[in-house]
Amino acid sequence: MTNNLNSFKTLRLQGVGRNFGALNVLKDLTLEVRRGEFIALLGPSGCGKSTALNCIAGLLPTTRGSIWLDERRIDTLGAEDRGFGMVFQNYALFPHMTVRQNIGFGLKMRGVAKAEAEPRIDKALATVRLESQAAKLPGQLSGGQQQRVAIARAIVVEPPLVLMDEPLSNLDAKLRLEMRQEIRRIHAGLGSVTLYVTHDQDEALSLADRIVVLRDGEIRQVGTPEDLYARPATLDVADFMGFRNRIAGVVTAQSGATVTLDVGGVALTGMTHGAVVGVGGNAVAAIRPDDMVAVGDGGDGLPAIVEAIEYRGRDYFGQARGPGDSELFFRSGVKLGIGAPVRLGAEPGKVLVFTGSST
Amino acid sequence: MSIAVDDEHISTRMRLRARGWDGVTLLILPAVALMLGLFIYPFLYGFWLSFQPKAGSLFANYARFFADPYLYETVAKTLWIAVPVTLLNLLAAIPVAFRVRLMQRQRWLTTLLVLPITLGTVLVAEGLLNYLGPQGWLNRTLMLFGIISSPVKLLHNYWGVFLSLVITGFPFTFLLTLSYVTGIDPALEQAAATLGAKAASRFRHIFLPLLVPGLAITFCLSFVQAFSVFPSAVLLGAPAGPTRVISIAAYQAAFEEYDYSLASAIAMIMGFIQLAIVGGVLALRGLFYRGPAGGGKG
Amino acid sequence: MAISAFAVSDATAAPSMAAKPLSHRLWVTAVWTLIGFFLINLIAMIAAVITSSFASRWLRSWLPEGATTKWYFSAWSEFQLDDVLVVTFQVVFAVTALSGLIGVPAAYAMARREFPGKKLIMLLFLLPMLVPPITYGIPLATVLYRSGLGGTMAGVILANLVPTVPFVILVMIPFIEQIDPKIEAAARVFGASTLRLFTSVLLPLLLPGMLAALLLVLVRTIAMFELTFLVAGPTSQTLVVALYYAVFAAGVRAVQSIDAMAVIYMAVTVVWLIIALRFVNPAQIVTRAKQTKAH
Ligand SMILES: Nc1ncnc2c1ncn2[C@@H]1O[C@H](COP(=O)(O)OP(=O)(O)OP(=O)(O)O)[C@@H](O)[C@H]1O
Ligand SMILES: [Mg+2]
Repeated sequence: MTNNLNSFKTLRLQGVGRNFGALNVLKDLTLEVRRGEFIALLGPSGCGKSTALNCIAGLLPTTRGSIWLDERRIDTLGAEDRGFGMVFQNYALFPHMTVRQNIGFGLKMRGVAKAEAEPRIDKALATVRLESQAAKLPGQLSGGQQQRVAIARAIVVEPPLVLMDEPLSNLDAKLRLEMRQEIRRIHAGLGSVTLYVTHDQDEALSLADRIVVLRDGEIRQVGTPEDLYARPATLDVADFMGFRNRIAGVVTAQSGATVTLDVGGVALTGMTHGAVVGVGGNAVAAIRPDDMVAVGDGGDGLPAIVEAIEYRGRDYFGQARGPGDSELFFRSGVKLGIGAPVRLGAEPGKVLVFTGSST
Repeated sequence: MSIAVDDEHISTRMRLRARGWDGVTLLILPAVALMLGLFIYPFLYGFWLSFQPKAGSLFANYARFFADPYLYETVAKTLWIAVPVTLLNLLAAIPVAFRVRLMQRQRWLTTLLVLPITLGTVLVAEGLLNYLGPQGWLNRTLMLFGIISSPVKLLHNYWGVFLSLVITGFPFTFLLTLSYVTGIDPALEQAAATLGAKAASRFRHIFLPLLVPGLAITFCLSFVQAFSVFPSAVLLGAPAGPTRVISIAAYQAAFEEYDYSLASAIAMIMGFIQLAIVGGVLALRGLFYRGPAGGGKG
Repeated sequence: MAISAFAVSDATAAPSMAAKPLSHRLWVTAVWTLIGFFLINLIAMIAAVITSSFASRWLRSWLPEGATTKWYFSAWSEFQLDDVLVVTFQVVFAVTALSGLIGVPAAYAMARREFPGKKLIMLLFLLPMLVPPITYGIPLATVLYRSGLGGTMAGVILANLVPTVPFVILVMIPFIEQIDPKIEAAARVFGASTLRLFTSVLLPLLLPGMLAALLLVLVRTIAMFELTFLVAGPTSQTLVVALYYAVFAAGVRAVQSIDAMAVIYMAVTVVWLIIALRFVNPAQIVTRAKQTKAH
């Protein structure tokens, strides 16, 4: 069964949807993935990432749509016939099997001979650096070690499509960075498709060839990490990519992509990548806290009152109350007192302008 | 509390408290006293009494039990009912529990099944006397469909007791099994499926090993219940013949012959057999994995 | 966990039923047939008792010749059901109240304190739940008869406490464990006396668990045959024991009369069962710890 699915060139989701009762959790997912791509599925908690993954894995029947490997429809197959590898959000290690048996389970089910299986298990153990833990039961491992067993168990069968549901969520910062590299290397080694679910934008940016941003069960944007980081298509996506400041204003001038807004009497200039905003219309400017700089009182910029400030190494980061009672997040080279008035500004190239009013 | 308490008193109290014995801990004392007085003491007393036969030497009661076929055969008769019933109930409960596990609204089914357990063996016996009788609905239905030509005898023999133990025992076994089956993280089955395991392999490699400890406990509890069958063996069986189970022998010794010493000896034997079977099953269970049946964090 | 049991149920039961092999569908059908067969027999058995209790004459036919309620009146007087019911309720309520009074404090101590010998005491509470009543009932009855309590209502109540007190303890321990001890500590910090602490903080928190445990005790005690049977005398019989004697002596009275009594017994049990099921999961009547946390 797996052999003929093994050598596909594209994975295609065609209007895939899933309801839980009346609740429409996944809406019309359409996506084409080429072999060798590393795709990150990024979105806030509860947006349907795990649901999407489970539908592709065959663990949840879809309500609508179809899934294709080249010209072969696979959403009618059971999970056991798809031959994909999956790393579960909560690991799902077999508690009664040793680490070694857990990793070897997929090979055993595929009828791989022991002589061939053993070296492959050893290799997988080495990849996730668990050689010394091979004889233990999952219950005797730390959370991070369990997560690595789950990864090894999924990749040892060299599946053509690897599905990972937040596989690094339980690791400490250092191990997480190491495992990222490892996952990237495994992906390259298998030459397979990896679908990687995460709600950590850093992880998505650093790992993926392409990022799919999901929100409320809908795809909001698909693009390369560079694309998404610099040019989020909607305010939602911008919010998710770290543009924490949203400043509502009225368009006063526009030339090409450069737009000037009036924010409570102060001019703010930025760029738009999307639709042309008509002069006099409402718009929202989005700025990363990093790019929002305190220029001291008296300079050009949005007037605000400092409400909180903290040192994060090298720079201070603060929160201030700006025009129209807006909440602004900014960076400052010097420590500012609480209650002090400041002016906050950003380079036009770092200000993204979207049509509509802020909510 | 009062300053006048002498040092020695304080230090004793402190020492007790340090070991966990304070006012709150003392709240267990009534319950412990009750158990010691009404459970442990009667057992010890019964044990002692069983060596005080009405006549003869220390072991006369036990000697009599194992010499008199009317007495020792009760062990085999009880086992002959209890073991098949328990195995049947358990073997039927497993597939049913696996199906019911998938149901979203199990409550009405579990409620129906809890009914015979709460109604108890006496009522089930009365119900079956009517239902299984030669003119009862079961025989009539079987004859209607031409499965039998004349009524089968299901009362006052082995089968009456057997069926009553199925009616009360199956729900018990099933509900216990269900609680173990639903205790297994469903993600484990999913994980096995993504690794290519078909339904049969998933059962054999994942569910079965994780279930064995729970099934062993279920077997023990169900067996012990069946082994101590009493009212239905009297009312539905042949209490002087093939369903003269060990509890009948004990009851008759105590309340018909007023030989409490012999009755105690029989009760001890009954307890010992249950203990031996339960101990054996639990020892076998020790060979299997026994940790939590979850697959992940925590 | 995002994928709940819900999801698997779909995954294993649903993905395009048409694609499932025939053997799988046969298997599912067989299992449901088994459940259906069991339930049909169970319901028919109960229906037979009820039908018979209202039957004027029922011989050699599917259904009785006519309906009557006279058996209820005759059963009521023949079996002195008024006396029996009074005794039953006295016994059942005494057992329920006493098991609560003895069991809940013990469960509280077991849940909140670590002390040497705790494992042994736990075993002491587990044993009466594992050993069937007829096994320990005979030595227990012997002791009670020797001490003059045999045949009295006090003896019946004491005997019934043996399985119910441990039951209350075992149900309540996990329930109390999931109540945060900091709540009690906080009440103490605010100066609540031990009595106030108990009445105004602990009791309201414990109430749902106690209600569930005690209702289950009540249902179990109504149906507890063996212990009551071994210890009760003529004036301390409960309904289930009276029913046993009536069935045992069948032939002396009309079958319908006994069935009427059985229906009265069922009604008493089922009423309490329905009340209990409003507060507990049916499975809890058989299994304990796991479901308690659902409250
Ligand atoms: N079995 C279910 N029944 C009903 N609703 C469900 C079920 N499983 C998931 N949902 C709902 O579907 C939505 C999407 O859930 P999903 O698990 O896919 O989120 P997620 O993006 O993976 O979130 P997280 O990052 O927290 O894991 C949620 O609102 C959830 O409540
Ligand atoms: Mg998820």
